[in-house]
Amino acid sequence: MYKYSDFDTAFVRERARQFRAQVERRLDGSLTEDEFRPLRLMNGVYLQLHAYMLRIAIPYGTISAPQMRQLAMIADTWDKGYGHFTTRQNIQFNWPKLVDIPDIIDALADVEMHAIQTSGNTIRNVTTDAFAGAAADEVADPRPIAELIRQWSTDHPEFQFLPRKFKFAITGSPADRAAIRVHDVGLQVVEKGGQRGVRVYVGGGLGRTPMIGQLLRDFLPEADLLPYFEAIVSTYNLMGRRDNKYKARIKITVFENGIDAFREQVEAEFVRTRAEFTGVDQQILKEIEAEFAPPAFKNDPVDAFEAAKAVDPLFRRWSARNLTAHRVENHAIVTVSLKEHGKTPGDASSAQMRILADLAERYAYGELRVSHEQNIVLPHVAKADLPALFAELLRAGLATPNIGLVSDIIACPGMDYCALATARSIPVAEEIATHFKEIGLEDEVGKMQIKISGCINACGHHHIGHIGILGLDRAGVENYQITLGGDEGPAAAIGDKTGPGFAYDEVVPAIERILRAYLDLRAGADEAFIDTFRRLGAAPFKEALYGVSRDAA
Amino acid sequence: MARGFTPKVVTANDLRLGDVVYMCADGSWTRWHHEAELLTDEADAELRLLSAMGQSNLVVGAYLADARPGPNGPEPVHFREVFRTRGPSNVPFGKQEQAHV
Repeated sequence: MYKYSDFDTAFVRERARQFRAQVERRLDGSLTEDEFRPLRLMNGVYLQLHAYMLRIAIPYGTISAPQMRQLAMIADTWDKGYGHFTTRQNIQFNWPKLVDIPDIIDALADVEMHAIQTSGNTIRNVTTDAFAGAAADEVADPRPIAELIRQWSTDHPEFQFLPRKFKFAITGSPADRAAIRVHDVGLQVVEKGGQRGVRVYVGGGLGRTPMIGQLLRDFLPEADLLPYFEAIVSTYNLMGRRDNKYKARIKITVFENGIDAFREQVEAEFVRTRAEFTGVDQQILKEIEAEFAPPAFKNDPVDAFEAAKAVDPLFRRWSARNLTAHRVENHAIVTVSLKEHGKTPGDASSAQMRILADLAERYAYGELRVSHEQNIVLPHVAKADLPALFAELLRAGLATPNIGLVSDIIACPGMDYCALATARSIPVAEEIATHFKEIGLEDEVGKMQIKISGCINACGHHHIGHIGILGLDRAGVENYQITLGGDEGPAAAIGDKTGPGFAYDEVVPAIERILRAYLDLRAGADEAFIDTFRRLGAAPFKEALYGVSRDAA
Repeated sequence: MARGFTPKVVTANDLRLGDVVYMCADGSWTRWHHEAELLTDEADAELRLLSAMGQSNLVVGAYLADARPGPNGPEPVHFREVFRTRGPSNVPFGKQEQAHV
């Protein structure tokens, strides 16, 4: 894992000191709220419905056991004993008092963490595949590039006041588990003629105008990464609209000008930026790469794992759902579900955080990841240790075997916390999960991504859910619009709106009608919902939702 | 035809703690919606809001929220404001934690 340099430590400490002084000046009246607001946002402090919220960066979702333990300490000392892991691989605390936040920021700095650039119109946390560095199907670990982007973009003087926020995502695998096509810039590590580089997509995004990113460069050599990224963001900084907040993201810039005109500008700018980079970036990248060296993998045999699977049905079921192939044959990637049926997706108690930290130290070389699906990943576990790990997860209530199923729902905080929300998301997710478990359809339905947002800003990624649910306020009542056929990854697609929305208590029955229609229509048990949808289109599902008469005649 | 004015309360969040607060008739702040002053005159409501905004050393983000008279004092109208009087529906925190009914 990346360890802070002296520069990083001094920088984070200095920012913590500055923020403490800013809070003091706000409280003694020297700063107005209008003056303070941009300062607090630069440090991840939002004002939500019931309280402040602190969003803490977990760079590319990678976190160590001591860092996770420190988050648990923060949750217990200054919050209400839990935290919420987000789709951007960060963590949010929902109840900090403004007067305590400087102490929290200091406690974060103690373990090489911070909340810098988790808000504001800056380059945000770079997200990546939660299986990075472990996945069997990976060209290369994308995290050194993510860390390089973090260092380059942090406090970058030219990019502190962009037209709007700016999000990079990077995957090292052709399977794209980082949703790169719905980010401002999406990167895929590729190799060409023995040379490493990235494929660059630009202008993806969700929100009120969802768009799939377009190909900007098929191959960008590793040597040109930062000058080219600087050219992209500089071009956007000049070309992007500042007259209308809703048209300020780079997706609109690319859409309005066209990808060819945008590319032309970037390439022209690139000539300038490339001349300014002296190669220090490449030296730094080499140093960063060394910090991401894999652990010394154990050489234990897998017999105990196979034997446990043969005799223990619970372990067998969990292994089938929650394990992913590791690049080392006798290891596995473990996804720990934070989606226990009826619980808030992505929430973890301080006790669970401590258990996860302990288990990571005992079984996973001390490393954890936060996935954008709001689960926790132990990226490297020897198969020989899996039975013992499973037993401990089971005891801690962390062994829910539902990864990739109906109940593995992405949900934003919605109107239970968020000041922007137009409806609730969390209880809808809880009820869907509980209902399909109760009626026993979850395993039969199989692979399914349901994603729920509580407003049009789409933090819950509803556009790219196989089933997307968007909560709106219709004349003072919560109303939920359903979209179908969205997808992330290599086949990224924006879902189609089905028709009129549903009242709060009609959502679960509506989802059940869709799922029952799917079970009737699928070609076989191995045809996933999304494949049936692609084969048949939306019509039979709309019919299941609204009845035959709606579109007839 | 001009529509009648929907009564309002002035609401905000406490600067130091973040908790939801409401403005009382004497200009002080309360944690409880039913103790707020119900403003039935539009011009008066705008003045009260200005006065709230002037108290930025105590509160953040003051605005007028629709309300209606109830047996124990003003009640919220919109579901967002109802949630603000209670707290999140998924955990027992916020105002509901203090069991003040």
